[in-house]
Amino acid sequence: MAQQGGVLILGEVAEGQLAPATLEVLGIGRKLADQLPGPLGIAILGRGVGALANDAIAYGADVVHVVDHAAVADFTSDAYVGTTERIAKDVKPSILLLAHTANGREVGPRLAVRLQTGQASDCIEFSLENGRLTATRPCFGGAIRQTVTWPEGAAPQFATVRPKTFDQAQRNPGRQGEVISVSATEAGATRFLEQKQEPTEGVKLEDAEIIVSGGRGLGNADNFKQVEELAKVLGAAVGASRAIVDEGWVPYAYQVGLTGKTVSPNLYIAIGISGASQHMAGCAGSRVIVAINRDESADVFKYARFGVVGEYQKILPAFQRKVQELLGG
Amino acid sequence: MNIVVCVKQVPDPEQPASNLRVDANGRRVTGDPNVRPVINGYDENAVEAALRLKEAQGGKISILSVGAESARDVIKHALSMGADEGYIVEDPALSEADPWMIASALGAAIGKIGDTDLVLCGRQASDDDNGQVGPTLAEVLGLPCVTVLRAIQAQNGSLRVEQLIPDGFRAFQVPLPALLSISNEYGKPRYPTTRGIMLAARKQITSWSAADLGLGPEASKPRLQHVRYFIPARESRVEFITGETLEEAGEKLALRLREEKLI
Repeated sequence: MAQQGGVLILGEVAEGQLAPATLEVLGIGRKLADQLPGPLGIAILGRGVGALANDAIAYGADVVHVVDHAAVADFTSDAYVGTTERIAKDVKPSILLLAHTANGREVGPRLAVRLQTGQASDCIEFSLENGRLTATRPCFGGAIRQTVTWPEGAAPQFATVRPKTFDQAQRNPGRQGEVISVSATEAGATRFLEQKQEPTEGVKLEDAEIIVSGGRGLGNADNFKQVEELAKVLGAAVGASRAIVDEGWVPYAYQVGLTGKTVSPNLYIAIGISGASQHMAGCAGSRVIVAINRDESADVFKYARFGVVGEYQKILPAFQRKVQELLGG
Repeated sequence: MNIVVCVKQVPDPEQPASNLRVDANGRRVTGDPNVRPVINGYDENAVEAALRLKEAQGGKISILSVGAESARDVIKHALSMGADEGYIVEDPALSEADPWMIASALGAAIGKIGDTDLVLCGRQASDDDNGQVGPTLAEVLGLPCVTVLRAIQAQNGSLRVEQLIPDGFRAFQVPLPALLSISNEYGKPRYPTTRGIMLAARKQITSWSAADLGLGPEASKPRLQHVRYFIPARESRVEFITGETLEEAGEKLALRLREEKLI
């Protein structure tokens, strides 16, 4: 019990530690709690997670609700929703936050219904005025932002937080806090079976430092070989726009975008890609985008740091030769 | 297996982002009026999943949408892929609904369709990107729910499903009835056949209003308040690399990237 008001976080554990995304939620959660009368609480669910309570306190929590129970040893939203519903109803926070992860996006909306409140998804900005929360979130594949708030008196004001957006909380081992042990609600109908990591061959798009990506501007399927060649020279992964996947030029596994892969390499080289919102949604997180396109007014140049306007057939071979020379190959 | 697939009509995400406009009071986002809206991509994956389950198990596939009259086009699209029946909830009161109101309307409509073993949704809509309607609807219907799936296998009256997580997957066993949300990794949706298009053209779409569904006051009250949409300031900071010839520009680009230690 206790808590009442303030901010409650539903934490996540990854490899026996508080997940990085949860440390970020603790960071923003602490800032919001400092503007409210109540404390910053966190619920930690799992098996053998009691040891993490002191960690959570060091990272800024005032109250830790520990649910160390077999029913929540593996994630199922059935069990997690039931258990966190009970904690939230008991401690009545003003604001409820969780990371917008695989767990969060499934638990969040379900929990919101149980608590009869609204939930804002994938938020990147918060402001708090007289206890009233306002949140901003990307939509339309990142092309548009939406600002939302909660009806007067709504509690809790509930949001999921986009990972890698807020700074992680600072660790201060000297902090003091309260640890409360909570029993789990029995598991629901869904049964966890297994979890597997899947290594992939070659340079994986999601992990690649450099990606060379091609689009319809290449003209035909055969020309995609030039994209692959350049990628080889750069030790890069190969990507593609949906348009040419739909045309059957390249396999679906190459597709970057809303209905394909989301990537954030150091360098993204887009060749013959116009910059449809569906494609840019998947690569706008790249540190540097380079665009080679015939059309100077193509949207892709709005996202690019470097651009060359013209026929890629002329630009690419010279670019590749020079790259080879610079890399000493 | 009787399956209901929830679909949404969205602005075509293949159009450039610069086509998107926010109206003066920040209430609506519109695409180019000359570009036809489309079925949400993930919902199309969900229709594909329903068709594969039906091929393996038999049963009936109903397509359900909450939206304007134009949403009939996306229902027809799903019917032409091979679904059996179409339902639309059309009501001006739902034109600016939050995920809770949409899920409440879908839930009431599914109750009216009746006898449903499985509800499928796309993982999220490509316009509002909330990803809330699926799990919210699961609660409205009191069903177990697993989201963002790449695989579904029917086995002895329950389902084995694979959920995407970073670098891999988690598998769950879900009893029926259930609600599942589908991601694009499930696989490419099939194209409608000519025969499918002809059959779909002849099918009637059942239309209901909010009153037909008997939605109560709680279901008609938004739980999240929209304040405004806006286009984030995106400073174009592109540096165009030029040269006497395009070949020279290509070489200069390589040098510039080297200079920035990007290669």
